[in-house]
Amino acid sequence: MKPAFRLADVSAQVATHLLLVLSVAVMILPLVWMVLTSFKPPVEVNIWPPRLLPQQWTLENYTLAFQRAPLVRFLVNSAIISVVGTVAILLTSAAAGYVFAKYDFPGKEVIFIAILATIMIPLEAYIVPFFTQVARWRLMDTLVGLVLPNLIASSGIFFMRQHILSIPDALLDAARIDGASEFYIFGRIILPLSSSALSALGIFMFMFIWTAFLWPLMITNSTQVMTMELGLTFFQSMFTIEYGPMMAASTIAVLPMLIVFVILRRRVIESIAMTGLRG
Amino acid sequence: MRSLNPPGEHDRDRVREAARVPDKASEAAGLWHTRWRAQLVFGVAVLVPVLALFASLRFVPMFQTFRFSLYDWALGAPTGRFIGLANFGALLADDAFRDAFWNTLVFCAGTTLPTLALSLALAELLNRRIARPTYYEMLFFVPVVLSLVPVSIVWKWIYEPKYGLLNYLLSLVGISPRAWLFDPQLVMPAIIVMSIWKGIGFYLVIFTAGLRNIPRDYFDAACIDGASWWSAFRFVTLPLLRPMLLFALVWASIQNLNVFTQVYVMTLSYGSAGTFGRPVQVLVLDIYNNAFRYFRLGYASAEAAILFLTVLVISVIQLRLLRERA
Repeated sequence: MKPAFRLADVSAQVATHLLLVLSVAVMILPLVWMVLTSFKPPVEVNIWPPRLLPQQWTLENYTLAFQRAPLVRFLVNSAIISVVGTVAILLTSAAAGYVFAKYDFPGKEVIFIAILATIMIPLEAYIVPFFTQVARWRLMDTLVGLVLPNLIASSGIFFMRQHILSIPDALLDAARIDGASEFYIFGRIILPLSSSALSALGIFMFMFIWTAFLWPLMITNSTQVMTMELGLTFFQSMFTIEYGPMMAASTIAVLPMLIVFVILRRRVIESIAMTGLRG
Repeated sequence: MRSLNPPGEHDRDRVREAARVPDKASEAAGLWHTRWRAQLVFGVAVLVPVLALFASLRFVPMFQTFRFSLYDWALGAPTGRFIGLANFGALLADDAFRDAFWNTLVFCAGTTLPTLALSLALAELLNRRIARPTYYEMLFFVPVVLSLVPVSIVWKWIYEPKYGLLNYLLSLVGISPRAWLFDPQLVMPAIIVMSIWKGIGFYLVIFTAGLRNIPRDYFDAACIDGASWWSAFRFVTLPLLRPMLLFALVWASIQNLNVFTQVYVMTLSYGSAGTFGRPVQVLVLDIYNNAFRYFRLGYASAEAAILFLTVLVISVIQLRLLRERA
């Protein structure tokens, strides 16, 4: 029990809050600066000293950005590959996680360790042969080619296995005695009982796939299949120093993830915390 | 089932139980058999596609990285010429590679350590008994949610030499303007600062969760024993946070060894990345250039193999630490 009021406590609290508010301001400033710049007319973008708020608010930069680059197309492409990749990873991770957690078969350990061994190796380290392989499959410049590296994740399999291990065997045996098939057990027992782990993994993977950059840069040529991340770079090289429209396009690019975060904020934070605690 | 009752009592029950045993066994055997079949079907249905994906999307390209690294092979050519370890020899003599390797290590250490230290400090601040810690946590997390390309573009604008926000803010305290991204001395620190800013929220969330799992009693006990803040931190927080710290260290190191996007975007100028960015030429950027600008497939693969081994060695060392101390 704390005493009701102590001056030292209060001043420590105030100092802590002050420090935190200041740090938050630094963290948020670039975002605020981007959004506010995007509403400024060109004459106000390049001025000295810079002003935080636009004197005359305008949507000019947004119309320009939408005119010059197929931003909607970019957003749709990013959404497609992120959703497809996330769903694929969730499915393969949960199913393989279930098999590795609850089944016994010869060679299980070896296979699991082989998968686990790739957990540390990022795509960048083998991206060159990966590229030649996808080129051989004639999937260059296609959405299928874009989503290809993100159909499986060894970290996902490991994460789901750890979670499914904690589901009691007795529950599964009871279902089996009642005549449930393995597919039924997976779909109706394992998946629902893993919902928190699945959403944690899903949020993590969605963010991971959305921000992919090197792979889209390597395999896409046409704006038709560019993701938002890549499209923005393409757009940047067209504008070079016109920061107004660029800030508008950047604002559009960060908006979907920002909205998702605002809606699911607690879940997102919990998910990241969970990957850290479990990982 | 063995009964602990003395013989004589419940004899009839025992006989009945003994009589039931063979029945039960055959029933169990039947059940075991159907279950085994069901699991075989499901296991094969799951593992065959998953392993096929793993083989084609992970194991084969990984193996090919090492195979290609032994060839003199032009991108697009059907085949190459086997040259043994010559690519590695050439790499060691290549200034661009040596710069890139060194820059990558500098970036990795320069970003990872401050990011972890700052997020740990902030988590510690949030863990004091302050009101509304979750609001702060969410606000700190915002940069993590923003994707890397838009963020790099914004920072490029902040670092802009003539009208940039940073130069303005520094001018308020009497520091003269700099061309942050064009000055060979400043471009690496500038990109590091931006990367630290981007990463803090992620590790803050992990550390905050870790700190929340430490029972309050431990701190109270330390407090009663007259421990200073520092010794409570050193002897209570740090040891109990070790698993999370090491996870964060491994994860951040791997991420930062593969730095590419922010360097590419922030040094992208007039259509070609990294041309004036030699002081921040990093390994992945050099691999990209060798493969796609100079079409040196074998050479780029040798470089990728070195990245592969570097990542492996660094994470294995860090995991060793985890296993030893945990």
